[in-house]
Amino acid sequence: MLSEFFQFTFSGVTLGAIYALVALGFTLIYNASHVINFAQGEFLMIGGMGTVVLLEAGAPLPLAMLGALLLAGVAGVVLYKLAIAPAKKANVVTLIIITIGASIFLRGLAQFFWGKQYHALPRFSATESISVGGATLLTQSLWVLGIAVVLVVALALFFNRSRLGKAILATSMNKDAARLAGIKTQTILTLAFGISALLGAVAGVIVAPITFTAYDVGIMLGLKGFVAAAIGGLGSSTGAIVGGLLLGLSEAYTAGYISSDYKDAVPFVIILAILFFLPNGLFGSRAVERV
Amino acid sequence: MKTPFLRSPYAGLLLLALVLALMPFLVRNDFHYDLLTKICLTATVAVGLNLLVGYAGQVSLGHAAFYAGGAYASAILTSQYQITPLPAMLIAAAGVGVIAWLVGRPILHLKGHYLSMATLGLGVIAAIVLNNEDQLTGGPDGIGLPPLSLLGHELSVFGEYPFAGLTLTGVELWYLLAAAVLLLAVLLALNIIDSPLGRALRALHGSEIAAQVAGVDTARFKLRVFVISAVYASVAGSLYGHYSGFITPGIASFEHSIELITIVVLGGMASTFGVIIGAVILVLIPQFLTDFQELEMVVFGAILMAVMIFLPRGLLPTLLSRFQRGAR
Amino acid sequence: MKRIVKHFSSAALLCLCAFTGAAQAADTIRIGSFLSVTGPAAFLGDPELKTLELYIEQLNDNGGLLGKKVELVHYDDAGDASKARTFVTRLLRQDKVDLIIGGSTTGATMAAVPVIEQAKIPFISLAGAETISTPVKKWVFKMPQSDRQAARRVLTDMKERGFSKIGLISGTGGFGASGRNVTLEEANKMGIDVVADETYNPKDTDVTAQLTRIRNTDGVQAVLNFDFGQGPAIVTKNYKQLGIELPFYQSHGVASDSFLKLAGDSAEGLRLPATALLVANTIADSDPQHDVVTHYKKAYEERYQGSVSTFGGYAYDGLQLAVRAVKKAGSTDPAKVRDALESIQGYVGVTGTYNLSAQDHMGLSYDSFRILEVKDGHWALAQ
Repeated sequence: MLSEFFQFTFSGVTLGAIYALVALGFTLIYNASHVINFAQGEFLMIGGMGTVVLLEAGAPLPLAMLGALLLAGVAGVVLYKLAIAPAKKANVVTLIIITIGASIFLRGLAQFFWGKQYHALPRFSATESISVGGATLLTQSLWVLGIAVVLVVALALFFNRSRLGKAILATSMNKDAARLAGIKTQTILTLAFGISALLGAVAGVIVAPITFTAYDVGIMLGLKGFVAAAIGGLGSSTGAIVGGLLLGLSEAYTAGYISSDYKDAVPFVIILAILFFLPNGLFGSRAVERV
Repeated sequence: MKTPFLRSPYAGLLLLALVLALMPFLVRNDFHYDLLTKICLTATVAVGLNLLVGYAGQVSLGHAAFYAGGAYASAILTSQYQITPLPAMLIAAAGVGVIAWLVGRPILHLKGHYLSMATLGLGVIAAIVLNNEDQLTGGPDGIGLPPLSLLGHELSVFGEYPFAGLTLTGVELWYLLAAAVLLLAVLLALNIIDSPLGRALRALHGSEIAAQVAGVDTARFKLRVFVISAVYASVAGSLYGHYSGFITPGIASFEHSIELITIVVLGGMASTFGVIIGAVILVLIPQFLTDFQELEMVVFGAILMAVMIFLPRGLLPTLLSRFQRGAR
Repeated sequence: MKRIVKHFSSAALLCLCAFTGAAQAADTIRIGSFLSVTGPAAFLGDPELKTLELYIEQLNDNGGLLGKKVELVHYDDAGDASKARTFVTRLLRQDKVDLIIGGSTTGATMAAVPVIEQAKIPFISLAGAETISTPVKKWVFKMPQSDRQAARRVLTDMKERGFSKIGLISGTGGFGASGRNVTLEEANKMGIDVVADETYNPKDTDVTAQLTRIRNTDGVQAVLNFDFGQGPAIVTKNYKQLGIELPFYQSHGVASDSFLKLAGDSAEGLRLPATALLVANTIADSDPQHDVVTHYKKAYEERYQGSVSTFGGYAYDGLQLAVRAVKKAGSTDPAKVRDALESIQGYVGVTGTYNLSAQDHMGLSYDSFRILEVKDGHWALAQ
């Protein structure tokens, strides 16, 4: 019984860590620009597929990963420069459509140049899985969890300690005031998109050995990441992580204890329930509408 | 441009009727009628959704659920409960309206991205239910529908109908029906926009708090327009179901919801005739892109981004203002 | 205002005129096709289209059909049933094709059927579900064995090995859901108890929770996973990860080398029903299918540098049957081609031996499936 519980928990935490990483990317961009970036999932795809392609071209694994991360970072910057920045006066829905257009565009490119096949990446450790309390845990899950923790801590330090991080926060709170204080908001926004893309690509690379990767993996993971970010309250890093874990665990427990038929509906029921009582998510700040 | 009539949106309605009436002289075969019928039905959904998104400024990323709701309710009522199509369609619309009212009450309090998230969630849940309840819905492989019948007369896409000396094919009649439905939908929408409800909605779009301060019961108005747009989608969905004769849960998918909202934003939010052009474009684009084969997605994504970046207010409003500037 | 009217109507004219080309030349035979070349079912449509292109090219190099050139008119439905319906209308009403080979998924096929039945043009479907050919539809034929036959083949193998209580895990997509239903029905007929019945979303990345439930069900002797796409590879990996020792079966939906590549060593020892194509390298020379599968495999792999899959095989058989029927009919008259298709007996194809008739528009028996087992990372006939 207990081993069963452990098994569901491992599964849930692994899924949750993946969702949390995607959600963090959403949060970062949302914080800096108040854009919901529906192309976030494509950065994961670029991370995973980029690594696969470079590996096949003969690059060693670490180099292939690095190359893929770079590629994703560039894609993030280009996305901002070419698609988001020119649409200055656009409203919320228009920006959503732009990012959706970008995600279709990137997915299309990946499909054209890299093919439609699913690929598996080799796991990072030699051993496949370890046994804990009667349940099995993939070593790759430990990698996912470990890297997720490192990234979260690094991001927290970055925003609270470094000047650059503080500048991003300042830009998100009040763009005009930040500009008056001498912050180059354009550079800051570009940076936010770049970092967010990198973050997504890291997630894409480390989960590919578990989930496989292909040109269209970004759709589902992007959507789940958005849900996780919204559960936590858009714009809160803690919220993104809690939201991701909550999402992963609820999926695993529903599939394990209740019914696998409706497990995919559960995250959405949860978010509707949360929004019903807390219209700004779990950790979201109360939005104040200016008149 | 000088007389008040030409300035009014009803001139646009007349123009639309004219264009729709001229179409049969331009088409060459049944495939063209098929596209036109699809355009009219899709545009009907978009006109309704535009009331919510364009005029009231409330984003819905789950509207395909209402469309699918109408289509599936029609399918189930006609095939499993032997109800004739027209009453079934009305029951479906009423049912979808009630559901929209029930879910709209809590979620319309949400703002901005949280509202998008909630509507997206509802859409996904609806798609999962349609997919899983295969006893009722036929599951992922879909379900068939009988042809539409009006007052005992069956309107099959494949039939032939002698009428006042000339014979019309089912495809032609279907186009005429869809065109009539679209005209009716536009007429209704124009009336709503011109009514106190419409004015309240526009106030709401500008600033909800300001509207509240001015004494507008924003919650009630938002809910009302949400229900109206859901009923639009439901009716169009039922008609599409009878027209195509076969539906799958794909019509409830997140992608379809995105397509619908894209039509509204692309054509021009708060422009009833703009969103019709949006529907024309979105229905025709895949037909034009067939030559690109593998690059179809790339081209489509690029078009979407380019239009939204360079014409952020949508096609028709931006073009209209350019023409007007040019005329001056 | 006037200017806008002018612009609008000229734009509308332009739109329509773009579709009015393609006047039919009498010296070509036009084969229409709609396949899911992109989207979630791309792994079906992609090899199917490649196969059609390869063999129609070959056909033309050898002088065409009835002395005419054969032209393929193809549209990508991206796995969307309503798109499929529109494209079929385009094929029939505008391109005026002589026959249609297509429909990668059951949803796309079924959405197209009413339009095709009305147009009275022969249609060869490449999708699996039983509903396509049962009850028989006058103008609709289908190439793959039905999912019911696959279920029966697997359950027969299980019975022969003495299993009477099994666990089932299936995807919630069209293929998996239909497969689940027929498996439950067939198991019931054959006296096999399905004691655990789990599902997952085809896009899921982890199914350990469902598999744990199956493992912890009392009396399970073997497990069947009914689905296609990458989902079954995830199931296979999780199965190994959890250390489940029970015999494991997959459906014909993953009968391809790319599945083995994805699942890696986790797939070792699993069984599935498949066509002879997967064991083309080791098949006995005396086997009636030997020549056809080795030729197809060689031609496809030389041209596309990728491994063949069962799905491309359906397109191969579909095209060959169409060619035979047109030859037999001596024209492309739809009714004659349809009658000729219905009368084809003993065509040995990549998928199996087809015996079509007025009562059977699919024409394969369930033992055209062979039970394969993964040995040392390769497919092999199960002993």
